[in-house]
Amino acid sequence: MRDLQLSLNKGQSVRLERALEQLESLSSKANSDASVTVADDISVNYEDAILKGHGTVEMDGRLVATLCGVVERVNKLVYVRALRARYKPEIGDIIVGRVIEVAPKRWRLEINFSQDAVLMLSSMNLPDGIQRRRTAIDELNMRSIFEESDVICAEVRGFQHDGCLHLQARSQKYGKLKKGQLLTIPPYLVKKRKQHFHYLDEYGIDVILGCNGFVWVGEHVETRDDMAEDLSNKSEPSSVKSLNTMSDDEAEETYTPPETRQNICRTANAIRVLSTLGFMITVEVVVEIVKLSISLNLDVHEMLGAEFYVLVAEKEAERRSLLTKRR
Amino acid sequence: MEYVNPEGLRLDGRRPMEMRQLRGEIGVVSKADGSAVFEMGNTKVIAAVYGPREVQNRSQQLNDQALVRCEYSMANFSTGDRMRKPKGDRRSTEISLVIRQTMEASILTHLMPRSQIDIFVQVLQADGGTRSACINAATLALADAGIPMRDLVTSCSAGYLNGTPLLDLNYVEDSAGGADVTVGILPKLDKVTLLQMDAKLQMDTFENVMQLAIEGCKAVASYIREILLDNTKQLEFRRGV
Repeated sequence: MRDLQLSLNKGQSVRLERALEQLESLSSKANSDASVTVADDISVNYEDAILKGHGTVEMDGRLVATLCGVVERVNKLVYVRALRARYKPEIGDIIVGRVIEVAPKRWRLEINFSQDAVLMLSSMNLPDGIQRRRTAIDELNMRSIFEESDVICAEVRGFQHDGCLHLQARSQKYGKLKKGQLLTIPPYLVKKRKQHFHYLDEYGIDVILGCNGFVWVGEHVETRDDMAEDLSNKSEPSSVKSLNTMSDDEAEETYTPPETRQNICRTANAIRVLSTLGFMITVEVVVEIVKLSISLNLDVHEMLGAEFYVLVAEKEAERRSLLTKRR
Repeated sequence: MEYVNPEGLRLDGRRPMEMRQLRGEIGVVSKADGSAVFEMGNTKVIAAVYGPREVQNRSQQLNDQALVRCEYSMANFSTGDRMRKPKGDRRSTEISLVIRQTMEASILTHLMPRSQIDIFVQVLQADGGTRSACINAATLALADAGIPMRDLVTSCSAGYLNGTPLLDLNYVEDSAGGADVTVGILPKLDKVTLLQMDAKLQMDTFENVMQLAIEGCKAVASYIREILLDNTKQLEFRRGV
């Protein structure tokens, strides 16, 4: 089993197998023979006009898959949805990335794509919150906004004509992420939804499920507060001075209560367990798993033990069977 | 020395046209984009694929296709007598090149311009046919990484000893001095992407031996396909809706 190097005892492995079998039986009704591997024929009716989508290629008049995945059909379009692959950006996706380079007027970000993404200085809000042309001074102060190895949340703006990917961060909710953990999970486990920022108020934490498979779990920050503070700082005229005051604020704000830290770790571990088992990650499922671990009185580190993996698999099987019954 | 005894059995008890046992496993390196272990009898190879990712050396960047790199290495403990060779000796450079060219022939590199794909293969146990095992492991790892390919590349070796063509030579048969033909094919397209031989053979015997190796490749292909399909189904049902 992929990635799952656990020392299960006999009872646990039987239970895990049973849970997985149940999951398999639940899903097999929907599409049993839609899975293809590289160079498998895709059965289509050649009389109909079809559109070849991603992951397909025509060879000697037949449609052949070039990826391992699931065949999807939307009207005339036939494509293969790859499961394990790198992230494929789409415009408007919310992503989490890590700064790897500060270049002239731009930051380069690692986002699990085949190339690095670019965040231009001009496509993000300045910390002082006013709209103006970016000056040379702004460019010199770029490191005060994001440094190398900072974790950032941004939105996909689009592809430039030369093929490189541009990002934007034009809102208070985007920007640098502090006081938390970055997790990397396979991107196919994150479903695109309306909402990717989640505030779990009972634990006081933020969860950002980036479409690129980077998940941020961190202490909750009030975006509005930051803005107000910055506005009050603005009364001091020189930008350098306001930077200094900001770092003072940071020093005061580095304290995170231990309960919050524990909650962050607990949630992160829940996501780790789910992604190792290969289950889809949504905020509802994560909260459910966190609640399960709390109700069992488990310590944070115990969540990565073999027993909890089995419990999560059983819980997921139960949840999905309930869902199908309700339909 | 007698490599095929009168009953028609080889040194390890196989028939001349019999392959060694195959075993493949996907997802063995957790941080890689794709990874696999492939075993052919006692030969065991691990492969990891990273990418498509940003090109590390800007001057090598290609604007219309992906850059494919391959690194082959042999673990010190892989052979019978422990060897200490520096990385990048002639043999491993050659095999790296062979694997790279073979894989590049099937990867649709034009779909991933300005990126690079790294393939790392390491021999954990060497018992003849490491080249073939490496190619098979690399194919599995590439498919696991979700890299688009024209076809699976599979490889198998065959030889000619004691007047009989032998499929899938092990170390003893390999070092006997007879011909060793390594063939890599695209099974669906029926095309040859790799053909190596390190001795002389007569034309008609060569054709027999090569045909045998191609049969071996097809057997490997059907096994690899089985693994991949099983893995895909697993991932899909676990993900749920």
